[in-house]
Amino acid sequence: MKSLKTYPENCVACHVCESACSNLYFKVDDPEKSRIRITETDSQPRMNACTQCGICVQSCPTLALSINSQGVVMVNQALCIGCYMCIAACPTGSMFRTIGAITPFKCVACGACTKTCPADAIRIEENKES
Amino acid sequence: MTDRRILAEFSYELKPVIKGYNRRTLYIDLGGKKIESKPVSDMMIDKFVGGKGFDLYLMWHGVKDDTKWNDPENELCIAFGPLCGNTSYPGSGKSIVTTISPLTGIPVDCNVGGHFGPYAKFSGWDAIEIQGKADEEVIVYIDGDAGKVKIMSAPDKETNSHILAENLINEFAENPDKRQFVSVVSAGQGAENVLISCLNFSFWDKRRKVARLKQAGRGGTGTVLRDKKLKALVVKYSGLKGDTNNPVDLETLQKTGLKLHKEIEEGDATQCRMREVGTAHLVEIMNDYDLLPVKNFKYGQSDEASSLSSGEFKKLFTQGLPDGCWFGCSLSCCKAVDGFVPRTGPYKGQTVSVDGPEYETVGGCGSNLCIWDPKDVVELNFYCDTYGIDTISFGTSCAFAMECYEYGILNKERTGGIDLTWGNADGVFELIHQMARGEGFGVIVGQGVKRMKEVFARNYNADPKLLQDIGMEAKGLEFSQYLSKESLAQQGGYTFALKGPQHDEAWLIFMDMVNNRIPTFEDKAEALHYFPMFRTWFGLQGLCKLPWNDIEPANNAETDEPAKVPEHVQNYVDIYKAITGKPMDKHELIRQSERVYNFQKVFCMRMGKGRRSDDIPPYRAVGPVTEEEYLSRQERYDSLLQSKQGIDPAGKPTAEKMSLLREYREDQYQQLIDAVYKRKGWTPEGIPTIEHLQSIGMDLPEVIEVVKRYL
Repeated sequence: MKSLKTYPENCVACHVCESACSNLYFKVDDPEKSRIRITETDSQPRMNACTQCGICVQSCPTLALSINSQGVVMVNQALCIGCYMCIAACPTGSMFRTIGAITPFKCVACGACTKTCPADAIRIEENKES
Repeated sequence: MTDRRILAEFSYELKPVIKGYNRRTLYIDLGGKKIESKPVSDMMIDKFVGGKGFDLYLMWHGVKDDTKWNDPENELCIAFGPLCGNTSYPGSGKSIVTTISPLTGIPVDCNVGGHFGPYAKFSGWDAIEIQGKADEEVIVYIDGDAGKVKIMSAPDKETNSHILAENLINEFAENPDKRQFVSVVSAGQGAENVLISCLNFSFWDKRRKVARLKQAGRGGTGTVLRDKKLKALVVKYSGLKGDTNNPVDLETLQKTGLKLHKEIEEGDATQCRMREVGTAHLVEIMNDYDLLPVKNFKYGQSDEASSLSSGEFKKLFTQGLPDGCWFGCSLSCCKAVDGFVPRTGPYKGQTVSVDGPEYETVGGCGSNLCIWDPKDVVELNFYCDTYGIDTISFGTSCAFAMECYEYGILNKERTGGIDLTWGNADGVFELIHQMARGEGFGVIVGQGVKRMKEVFARNYNADPKLLQDIGMEAKGLEFSQYLSKESLAQQGGYTFALKGPQHDEAWLIFMDMVNNRIPTFEDKAEALHYFPMFRTWFGLQGLCKLPWNDIEPANNAETDEPAKVPEHVQNYVDIYKAITGKPMDKHELIRQSERVYNFQKVFCMRMGKGRRSDDIPPYRAVGPVTEEEYLSRQERYDSLLQSKQGIDPAGKPTAEKMSLLREYREDQYQQLIDAVYKRKGWTPEGIPTIEHLQSIGMDLPEVIEVVKRYL
């Protein structure tokens, strides 16, 4: 299974990963449109990106969510009817929506953000066992 | 592929829904093979809103004062409401069916899930109005992708819904991957022979790869469908998106829906467990509170009821699937028993998928008949559905017949050899298969309790007074499955219900009997005003009631009026405004309902009912009819005699105490009627006053004209 692994102990909360992600998928620099979310706290930052656990897949009434051959949960826009049951079902709060869009979005472990991280706080990792 | 002839065809312009409305309805005359589009006026939207309101308005102008259920001009209307079909807020996929009921002779309304409603709405129609009788078996096909409506011949061999729905879905879907875009309304063979019928609304379950069926259950709607020689309605619509209902404020709609999704995600597992077991969770609660019907509502409890508890059904339900009957319903209460193999009837030995059973079916086909094997209940559920028979009326009718059997009013000679001893599931199976075959004593049971009372008194010399006391019907409709004996408010909740005794107008037993929150007549009258009006609103909008109070916000108990679930009422206000763009608050919400509710009341009067005498329950719903019932709750009843009537029960024979209790309870009920009618703006005879109709804005000339006949 391929997923984006987060290492909050390394994170410096520079938010460049959010910029990279939202620029790639929404062509804007907007953390509300990023598939990875960094929240600053009094201690180490909270990092939120999909773990590809697949729980959301079960919740989808139209089978718009599926797990691809690499173990990544994908959203099929053509089948999605924007009910957001998956957002509520996600145990890590990693399925997102944004104003003006119907289809929710999530990290697909593309790795674009990892190339921009200056602190080695995010890595694409593969777990062959799962 | 079935060889069909096109008997009539109508093309229409496809247009987007705007703010929840199409502003047109579809009229089909099966006799004249006429199909046309009717405009929706501003007046219709202002006064009737949509859904049940549109149904009743169209029906009013389609039928005559003396129209009977099987007259050609009787209409079968299916409407959807402005909020219907949105995919954001749980419980938003309901159709509302109305017709002049074969059981009651007045309008019946049913609120039903499945995909038909939203697809028919997005195909371009706010309501479908079907009139006339075809001269051969037909189907009506609405192609919402192409903008065509067709009446087509129906040489289909199958009538029973679990097969017919699947066949039609396969026939009209472009390919197997698109079966989810087709939905079917049908009724089975039973609906051709009995009055206690229902309609099945399908939704294609992509995971199970079966057509699931939801029921427009009450009042005999399936019998009307089959009397019109209409085998099915089919709709195809492939364009569903998250904004197809075209709301003015998608963001608010989505945020409100998401808030409820999260509430359900967090709360359902510890509240009603709707996602785990559906409404079956009520079985053990009702048994604990002495409210589960046993032996035709004689008792409210049984030691054997644990065998029908939700835990037992959970073992049969396939778990972990999103079992919503419309997209976006995270409450997902409809459960299915997959891989079920019936032990009786024409499908014996075959593998079928069965929807439910829901609480009402467990009560009706299980505890009330003393059938304690959950698999027998599942099998009765399966056959009721596929034959197009209402599990509630079926259960209550069979329970009545079994009690008559117990008393010797019926015997094997009179039932054609069927043993109707309590708990004899085989006898009950034989009844339902006879209903489907149109033969034997099953057909008499299938006419419902009201007609059985007449037959048993006439043919078997049974005591009409006893039959009246134990026959659990009012207005001609069978009671649904809660014991109302110890809750005066619920006696009213059932019996004031316009269509007949169904719990969807008011369920007040806990407020009244358990928590004593509405002690005075005025309190009860207020509850019997507010809740029926609030619940009517779901039927105007195309919504389901369950996400209102079968999930509650964590802090609901701390609010001023927890029974109303104030946060959810506000959700409804918010999503109504978000979709329609019209002003709304919690007061106008009630006012919208009040207009349609009073219109329906006057409609009942126009059809010859709606009188005070129609709102009187059988005594079984009010108190103990038999000595054994009295003795089963002797402590309660003796203590009531003392505390409420000031009568010392000591030394009095049971028969005398029963008589005293009955006198008191019947008097209390009459006082309740007075209080409720006054609160509703009606005369003591139950006639809405002209002043009241004017004050709520339901003073249309045709309404006033009917009311004047009664004043």
